[in-house]
Amino acid sequence: MSSTVTNTANFIQGEVKARIDKWIANYPADQKKSATMPALRIVQECHHGYLTTDLMDQIAEYLEITPMEVYEVATFYGNYEHEPVGEIKLCVCNSISCMLRGRDEILAAIEKKIGIKPGEMTEDGRFSVKMVECLGACGGAPMMQVGKVYHENLTPENITDLLEEWSK
Amino acid sequence: MVVQNENCFRLNHLENSWDLDTYVANGGYEVWKKVVAGELEPNEIIEEVKASNIRGRGGAGFPTGLKWSFMNRNAPGQKYIVCNSDEGEPGTFKDRDIMRYNPHALVEGMAIAAYVIGASRGYNYIRGEFWEPYQRFNNAIKQAREAGFLGDNILGSGWDFDLFTHLGAGAYICGEETALIESIEGKKGQPRFKPPFPASFGLYGKPTTINNTETLASIPMILAKGGKWFNDLGVENAGGTKLYSVSGHVNAPGNFEVRMGTPFKDLLELAGGIWKGRQFKAVIPGGASTAIIPAEKALEMNMDYDSIAKAGSFLGAGSVIIMDDQTDIVKVMQNLSHFYWDESCGQCTPCREGTGWLYRVLTRIVEGKGRPEDIAALKDVSGKIMGNVICGLGDAATIALTSALEHYEHEFQHYIEHGCSIFDRQ
Ligand SMILES: NC(=O)C1=CN([C@@H]2O[C@H](COP(=O)(O)OP(=O)(O)OC[C@H]3O[C@@H](n4cnc5c(N)ncnc54)[C@H](O)[C@@H]3O)[C@@H](O)[C@H]2O)C=CC1
Ligand SMILES: Cc1cc2nc3c(=O)[nH]c(=O)nc-3n(C[C@H](O)[C@H](O)[C@H](O)COP(=O)(O)O)c2cc1C
Ligand code: SF4
Ligand code: FES
Repeated sequence: MSSTVTNTANFIQGEVKARIDKWIANYPADQKKSATMPALRIVQECHHGYLTTDLMDQIAEYLEITPMEVYEVATFYGNYEHEPVGEIKLCVCNSISCMLRGRDEILAAIEKKIGIKPGEMTEDGRFSVKMVECLGACGGAPMMQVGKVYHENLTPENITDLLEEWSK
Repeated sequence: MVVQNENCFRLNHLENSWDLDTYVANGGYEVWKKVVAGELEPNEIIEEVKASNIRGRGGAGFPTGLKWSFMNRNAPGQKYIVCNSDEGEPGTFKDRDIMRYNPHALVEGMAIAAYVIGASRGYNYIRGEFWEPYQRFNNAIKQAREAGFLGDNILGSGWDFDLFTHLGAGAYICGEETALIESIEGKKGQPRFKPPFPASFGLYGKPTTINNTETLASIPMILAKGGKWFNDLGVENAGGTKLYSVSGHVNAPGNFEVRMGTPFKDLLELAGGIWKGRQFKAVIPGGASTAIIPAEKALEMNMDYDSIAKAGSFLGAGSVIIMDDQTDIVKVMQNLSHFYWDESCGQCTPCREGTGWLYRVLTRIVEGKGRPEDIAALKDVSGKIMGNVICGLGDAATIALTSALEHYEHEFQHYIEHGCSIFDRQ
């Protein structure tokens, strides 16, 4: 599977480092710790969508804080992943407005098309499905987030088409 | 008559409404220029904001002018202005559209607020999933900086102000202002005890003013047209226009910027009425943390704090969730209880344990395994959470449920007695 990278030594260099440094500059000079969240996000993005203890330790060292301070943050917030996820992670909204407008039919269409339920990943590692709470787009319910994009007003038909396209 | 889009959404119909050129061509940054030129004093601004009668749009409804007056502009040391764009309350999606379609109003509003409280730095906390709104807002910051509206020595005034963003990472609790501060500081988003309020001990321990996106984005128009203009758009106890997010079982869900005090039935009509030709059953008027109101009462209320309170609920963040006559209230409550259980930060025992209890009991009921004592248990657990926790999340977890038990107890009873919902009855 593509998402197992064994050698992550010196991960914070080059583009990853440059992106983290940009965030560090947004905070007062003596508040580097504030960059913990952006650093976790950037490292996760650049590492197949999930974090490892080794990567978190490197962030701690880079921001000059203790590993525990990084673990605390990394396990508190729902968007950080600690296990491999699909290359395409479908984050389906579970909350009230999406439920009222047919979230269950969307989940059924996903399962029918790619054979997985929330919390699962396809065997080829292409897709995973995650239930998330309200994404602040309830006017477009039912909806999901994939990467940085919101897909709103989902129907069993349009989600099947999307999955078809992404399967290629 | 329902008048729309007079304030935060006034540019939404224009092409590239988010662009600096569009904003400036429509009077944008005129107020800010007057402020940095010294033509509008901080005290005058506070007086106008007070006169506008604007109340915090994040949900608590605290008077904004009063909040700003708590800050001592001339006290030495760093101060901060922080905008709360964490928008996570189920049913709420207005701040997203302010950032997508009118981000410069927010930049200008934050700059003005910063000047009034004497802050040279500001942060907008945007939920991490809002990538498109984040990019629009960030681009607005960049454009404003290039045009000299932000940065050092703004328009030759000697005043400095710079603005940054911080992105969340999937935690509803970070919308609570003190959790939000912790989060910017690079910690878990766990609320602090209040008092002290952020006005005295805020970001990095410094005096801080936190306002919601809609509150801050309203400021430029309030000052351009005057506090009285804004006040007169609203009702006695709350000025202005208000953004209502309407979702659920309507034909045309969306955001509607209408006058405070607009009749609920007009808002429902704007959203296209109930879908599928069905009947209207109930509404949650202010987001998941507000009480449910049955249709008959809702159709008589107006969309302002006092009128909604009279109908038994709260205006909150203006997040109107509509339910049709096929809605299973017990399942709705199970869904809400899952939300609070999932999002509890875990620091108070009644909230951490109690929300899990509520979710498990409701799940048992929905699965047809409810017990006769369960309704009493739900009430008892709710009572033990309410008022015994640090922040509003714990209380909120009980509010909708308590109201649902008040109006729809028979639906819970039916599940318990027959093992299925009222809709499954032959
Ligand atoms: N927009 C959204 O997504 C969400 C909104 N909410 C809303 O949030 C509300 C609760 O918010 P809280 O901040 O807990 O309410 P709160 O009543 O504690 O505070 C409201 C505001 O007034 C300020 N304040 C109040 N008393 C003060 C004093 N004596 N001195 C100085 N400042 C003072 C606070 O700092 C805060 O900014 C709920 O009613 C709910 O409707 C809840 C969840 C999500
Ligand atoms: C659990 C919880 C979540 C909250 N989430 C938000 C939010 O997403 N956005 C927001 O503006 N206020 C939120 N609030 C309210 C804030 O604590 C605070 O009252 C508000 O940002 C102040 O701004 P305002 O006076 O302009 O409304 C939340 C409160 C609680 C208790
Ligand atoms: S009430 Fe709940 S969410 Fe709020 S501080 Fe306590 S445990 Fe955390
Ligand atoms: S309930 Fe799904 S986006 Fe809000």
